[in-house]
Formats: sequence, structure tokens, C-alpha cells
Amino acid sequence: MGVEPEEWRTPSRQLLTLRRLEVGAPALLVLAGLAVAGALTGSAAAYGFAVGALVAGAIAWGIVGRRFGSWGYAEREDDLLVRRGVMFARLSVVPYGRMQFIDVTAGPLERSFGLATVRLHTAAAATDARIPGLEREEAARLRDRLAELGEAQAAGL
Amino acid sequence: MSSGPPEGWHRLHPLSPVVRGGRLTIAFTIPLILIAFGSEKLSNEAFQLAIIGVLALAGVVSWLVTRWRIEDDDLRIETGLLRRQSLRFPLAQVQAIDVVRPGLARMFRVAELRLRMAGSSGGTARLAYVAEHEVEPLRDQLLALARGARHDEAATPAPSTDEKPAPQAEHVLATVPTGRLVASVLLENWWLVVVLVGLIVGLAVSPHTVGRALRGAGLVWALSMVTFVWRRFNQQYRLTVSDGPDGLHLRGGLIALTAEVIRPGRVQAVRLVEPLLWRPLGWCRLEVDIAGRQRRKGEGEAQRGQLHVLVPVGTRALGMELVDRLLPDRPRELSPPPRRVFWKSPFRYRALSWGRSDTVVATTSGRLRRVTCWVPLEKTQSLRHVQGPVQRRLRLASVHVDTAGRSAHATLRDRDATEAKQALADLTDLARVARRRPAVT
Repeated sequence: MGVEPEEWRTPSRQLLTLRRLEVGAPALLVLAGLAVAGALTGSAAAYGFAVGALVAGAIAWGIVGRRFGSWGYAEREDDLLVRRGVMFARLSVVPYGRMQFIDVTAGPLERSFGLATVRLHTAAAATDARIPGLEREEAARLRDRLAELGEAQAAGL
Repeated sequence: MSSGPPEGWHRLHPLSPVVRGGRLTIAFTIPLILIAFGSEKLSNEAFQLAIIGVLALAGVVSWLVTRWRIEDDDLRIETGLLRRQSLRFPLAQVQAIDVVRPGLARMFRVAELRLRMAGSSGGTARLAYVAEHEVEPLRDQLLALARGARHDEAATPAPSTDEKPAPQAEHVLATVPTGRLVASVLLENWWLVVVLVGLIVGLAVSPHTVGRALRGAGLVWALSMVTFVWRRFNQQYRLTVSDGPDGLHLRGGLIALTAEVIRPGRVQAVRLVEPLLWRPLGWCRLEVDIAGRQRRKGEGEAQRGQLHVLVPVGTRALGMELVDRLLPDRPRELSPPPRRVFWKSPFRYRALSWGRSDTVVATTSGRLRRVTCWVPLEKTQSLRHVQGPVQRRLRLASVHVDTAGRSAHATLRDRDATEAKQALADLTDLARVARRRPAVT
């Protein structure tokens, strides 16, 4: 027996695109810059660094993909499960009755992809339950549902 | 209460601004005395006098516009001249009521009443200052109201709010002999003693070099260390725990006296700490964690982030007795982690263990300073299962039990992976059951 539900819900695929953009764009910029520098000065070092940037970018691309795959959440009867992390695999169980408030935030990049992050707060500072990259409607639905459940099951301190 | 009917508005003690000024008051009294004795000319001091006058006026005005009353189940405080504030503190949410008497307040026979409220948004209601002889009855009344408010919610609508509890006899459970307190503080901070002895020896051998070194940052550091030890000593001097009708009563302090009441149902976590050099003597320190916001300014920097100390130093048997009193259903048997944990944390390995009963989870940890932590499952906020890269290699995992407290937090560190998964599931279920059960106050 475990706490694992049958089905994990995952963030939107858009989040993967966003995260890949976040690592891909800088890597490409550095690569382009180094390539131009190499062409202008003819120094081998610049080309070497360019290859390094390419490799680093590729590794980051892979990590981002795996990290995206690790995110998951499940609404159970009495609590919300949130799972994340590749190196450090974390699984949080937050009872609805313990939720103090729920944040929905969206940065400029997230907004342009139509995404939002839902974050749960309990009275414990150590609780870190956040779900990034939810589509806006899903984020709103989750927020309302959690607020409703939290109210129904609220427990005193 | 002598200052009017309980329904009416009360003012704080007229000397409040003087005590609140604290050191400032003392600093300002000196020039006044000098003038009074004619050793300074009045004209020289006109500017300073003006400042004193303005501050005194501000103090009096703030006293004039502040008033408080008990209204049904709320404590209401109104304050502020320009920015008028009306604060309402529901007594049902009171976590603890403290009586604090700083040195100056003791001189003027007044005391501060501090109501610690629940929730991260709630703060601390402060009544600074109330006459000394009124403080105890007022606190008893507030506590009775806090209890009454909760009982009304549950079953009895009987107006138990008016009844004034007779001063019950308190049964003293533990007190700390001064000699033992000194020894314990020195033993826990043994490195400090080593440094001090080193300095003294150094001064004796070659005063010049050491003196030069001291003049720099060393002096500041040494002073701050001494203040730290002093504060600790000041707070814990003659700390007495006694068993009262409404929970455990704490009293103590050398210059600033404090009196607190800790209610069993409000304890978020209990922690037993055994520093390295205390262990041969069989001593321990017992701390409890209570929900509530971080202490605010004016409450002393040293206290921030610290837990409530129930027993600054005592025998392990005494500590356990008090733990039993707070959490009667504590787990009796703790199980050690699998042997392979040695490869991950060779020093901590021996100290790790955990156990649970149906309502309480207990963990131990610590390399040199051994810490045992009990968390009532009813109070858990969330559970986290974490597996790091090394742990994965060794098929281990940790489970964190988060509480609303400040720093006590139980961690089932480095358990077998399947056991950790099972523990997570069990604790989730038990915590749910514990939450549903009506609280036993």
C-alpha cells in the first residue's frame, strides 16, 4: 500500500516549451556570439567554447525534459499530492484542511504562454507545494476547487 | 478589576509611556537631574529640554488615546491619534498568555500582558502596561474566557464567562537550581569557555599582543557572546514549571520576569535536547513549540526563533515525565534505520531513529547534540517524502513531518525506501483521523 494514486495529472506541454526556450535561447545566443567571434578572429578557442556551449545547451535541454516529466499532482479525497524533482525526488502530501491560502501567479513569460503557477500555503513554512505551468483555466479550476475543499475540511491549528 | 466595570473601557497604567521609553527614559532623566541640581545652565539645555518635552508629550498622548475592553469573546484595543486603529482579538484563538516584566517595569510595579494568537496573520496582542496587582486576575479572566469561548462552541451554551476562577493551587513540577543552570550554560557553550580562558591566559602571558587583537573585531565578538550567554541566563534563571488548571505554568527570570501558560492542546511539537557535554551528567533541555507569528520587535532579539523552554536543564527522567504529561500517547519504541545508512551518514547513523503511536510521531537525530522530537499528528501541516541521489543508490528515503511551529520539525531520516513509503501512507491516514477527532484540551 502506498499513497501513489492511479493517475497523476501533469502540467501543460506548454511548460516544456517554455522551459526549453529558457535554456535554448541563451545557449543559442552564446553559440552565435562565439561563432561570430571565431569567424572574425579566427581563434580556435572561440570555436572550442562554442562547442562547449552547444554541449551544455544540449545537456540542459535533456535535464529540462526530465524535470518536466517529474512534475505531477493528484487530487485525492482528503489531500493534494504534488510530486517533483529528478535528482531529489519529492512527494508532498497537503491535507485540504491545512491549507491557509492559495496563490496563483503568472510571470510575463508564463503569461505569454497562457500558463500560471498554483502555490499552496499551510501554517508550516516548510511546506512547499507548488504546481507550475498549469493552463489558465486549469489553474483557476484547481484554485477554486482547493479553496472549496479547504473551507469544507478546515481544521484549527 | 478595580478600574471600573468589566464592560467599560480601560486605560493602561499611567506610567506606561515612562516604562515603554525604557533606556530612553533613563537617558533623559540624567540631564533633568543635572538641571535640577543646578550644575547645568538652563539655556544650554534648552534644545535637549525641548526634545524631552516633545517625546514626553507624545508618550502621554499615546497613553491618552489607547484604551481596551473585553467585549463578549473578544479583546478590543483602540489606539492611535491620527491613524486610529481598532484591534479585535478573538479570545478563542489565544495560544498562550505571557506576563512580562522588564527591569524598569518592576521598579514601577507594572507588567505587560501578551496574548499570543493563532494563525500566521494574527499577531500578538500587547497590553503594555497594566498595574502589577491587576495582571494576575486579568490573565485568569482572559484564560477563562478563552476556555469558555471554546466550550460554548462545542456543547455548553452556559454563560461560564462571568465566573471568576479562584486562584487554584499550583503543583510545582520542576525548578532549576541556579548552580546547575550556570554549569549547564557553560557546558553547552564549552568552546566559549575555552576561548575566554585562552584570552585570560594570553593576557597574562603577553598582554600587548592579545590586547591589540582584542581591540579589533575580537572585542565585539566576545561582547556579543557574553550578551548571548547573559540573556539565556537572565531568561532561564529560576524557571519553574508548575501544573495549573489551564495548562503548564512557567515562571522565571532574573531581571525581566516572565510568566507564561502553555496549554497542552496548543503544543505543536516537543523537543528534548541533549548537548554533547551534558550527556555524561544525564541532563537535558525540554522545549515546546507553539503556533504563532515570530515574536515582534520589543520582544528581544535573542528570543526570536527560539522555542519555549520548559526545563532549561533537568534530568532525563524529569524531561520524560513532562513529555508524558503533554503527550500521554507518546510512542514507546523507536526503531533504528537500516545498517547501510552508515555509508551515507556515518556520524549521524547511531542517533537516528523514529517511532509512532496512533497520535504521536517521534524522531531522534543529531551528531553531537542529540535531539528527540515529538509531533502530535493532529498538528501536522503537511508530509513530504524526499529521496536524494545518494539515498536512491542505497534504497533509502526521508519523510518530513511539517508543523506550524518555528523550528521544531520531525524528520524520519534515511529509512528503507519501502518503509518510508509505508510510513508516508500511514502517517497521512493517522493524521487525518487525528484531525477529525475532537480536540482533547
